[in-house]
Amino acid sequence: MAVDIRISTARNYAKPDHSESIANLVTPGDVITSDQGFMRGHGTFMEEGKHHASVAGIVQRVNKLICVTPIKTRYNGEVGDIIVGRILEVGMKRWKVDTHSKLDSLLMLSSVNLPGGELRRRSEEDEKLMRHYLKEGDLISAEVQSVFSDGSLSLHTRSLKYGKLGQGCLYQVSPSLIKRRKTHFHNLPCGATVILGNNGYVWLSPTEGEVSEQTGGYEQHMEVGGRHYAALNTYELACNICLSFNKKIIPVSRADREVIARLGNCVLALAEHKMM
Amino acid sequence: MADIHLSDAEKTFTIHGVQDNLREDGRSCEDFRHMEIATNVISNTSGSAKVRLANTEILVGVKAELGDPDPDKPDRGRLDSANATPEFEGRGGEELATEISSMLARAYQCPSCLDMRQLSVVQGKQCWVIYVDVLLLECGVSQDEGHVELELSDDPFDVQRIDVTSAPCIVTLSKIGHSHIVDASKKEEACCLARLMIGVTDNGTVTAMKKEGSGSLDTSSVDDMLETGKRVGQGLNKSLMEVLISDDKTGRKKYLTGFLR
Repeated sequence: MAVDIRISTARNYAKPDHSESIANLVTPGDVITSDQGFMRGHGTFMEEGKHHASVAGIVQRVNKLICVTPIKTRYNGEVGDIIVGRILEVGMKRWKVDTHSKLDSLLMLSSVNLPGGELRRRSEEDEKLMRHYLKEGDLISAEVQSVFSDGSLSLHTRSLKYGKLGQGCLYQVSPSLIKRRKTHFHNLPCGATVILGNNGYVWLSPTEGEVSEQTGGYEQHMEVGGRHYAALNTYELACNICLSFNKKIIPVSRADREVIARLGNCVLALAEHKMM
Repeated sequence: MADIHLSDAEKTFTIHGVQDNLREDGRSCEDFRHMEIATNVISNTSGSAKVRLANTEILVGVKAELGDPDPDKPDRGRLDSANATPEFEGRGGEELATEISSMLARAYQCPSCLDMRQLSVVQGKQCWVIYVDVLLLECGVSQDEGHVELELSDDPFDVQRIDVTSAPCIVTLSKIGHSHIVDASKKEEACCLARLMIGVTDNGTVTAMKKEGSGSLDTSSVDDMLETGKRVGQGLNKSLMEVLISDDKTGRKKYLTGFLR
């Protein structure tokens, strides 16, 4: 049993050395340029002929357009981004997903892979069974299909690598720390899978054995560990055999759990120091 | 205190982890997260402390004033606890405040922990009343862990230090699955059905106990949790006293930074 208490004045607030090297870091009110030839973009305003920043962030210049991208912000989606989200509501042929953006994102029923093939027309039955596929609190990985006019995102999981996420840990960091890369799904050699969502949600899980081909990622590889877990009445995973899917729970091994704990702590430490 | 929703798979993961004695961030069931204490942060109180445990920050101020003693106990002083919490989103701000104050009052009622007789000035007429004000600055955990008062009288004319070596610490044990953990994070709290708050002094005496949560606790699990609580409480008390004593030694040379940092 370890108890670690420390006097807070003993903590050294180390000044980051690299703060001077980022030349275009601005705070609200800073003058960006006095040149009138530039167009104002997001995060800037014009006062007395000079461009000022209205948010704290990094100045970006594209030809004649100057804008400031803020460091602390909600997630602004773009088409093609990978996100990790949590289901908030079910109904009306769509699911509402929380992606830490300004508005809740939508996952339409027509944008998911249903078991039994892809080209089925969505019927009334499907609508009633929505809750059996994804219910409130579930985590999914998805891709942004389009952006509505009010800024909310429309998601889709029309690929085998997207879908409901199983056992693992979710960590939330600032979306500005996650850069856009070719791939956001990584299988690390230490036995963990990392999904870096562009919206700042990082998902760590033990590497799965194999992915089922037919059901489009909705069958979760879990195994019933006897009736031992019937005692946890709210978490009736052992008893809850879904209509069309086999749900089995395999307890995660201790070594995998250690790996995930270490990675999770690394993620949080990196986010704390604003690197990532 | 905001409700956090977890998926079923995440809950299974957390519960299995607790049963394996390896929690989400690598702690064992009886490990606390890192705590930081700063003393003497408010200049116009007799004593004050700021405690930070992960994302929860609490500011405590202790003032001693003369007042009337309790009519049933004319030879003792009194302990009065008031609370102020900022209105944060989600219900429960008020409940949390009353929980903390009632728990504190109960924990300190035990006669062996704080000798109230030292606080009596004129028997039956006047006594010292210790006012404890708790302010929640930031809330990441719903319960108050390891809360301890610090008495350092700054009054230049009458310096009387009250012995706090046997002040109790409050430990919260959350029951998850079939085992229990200390210092639950937000995710772990969403999986737990019942919690037990215990006030433990440094020699293992349990001064107060309170159960919360909608689930039920079996008597054998309550016994187990008490044992763990005693063990953990003793360790916590010991570390806390060591830190406070070493802080005391630096004394006036300390640079007061104020509490906003």
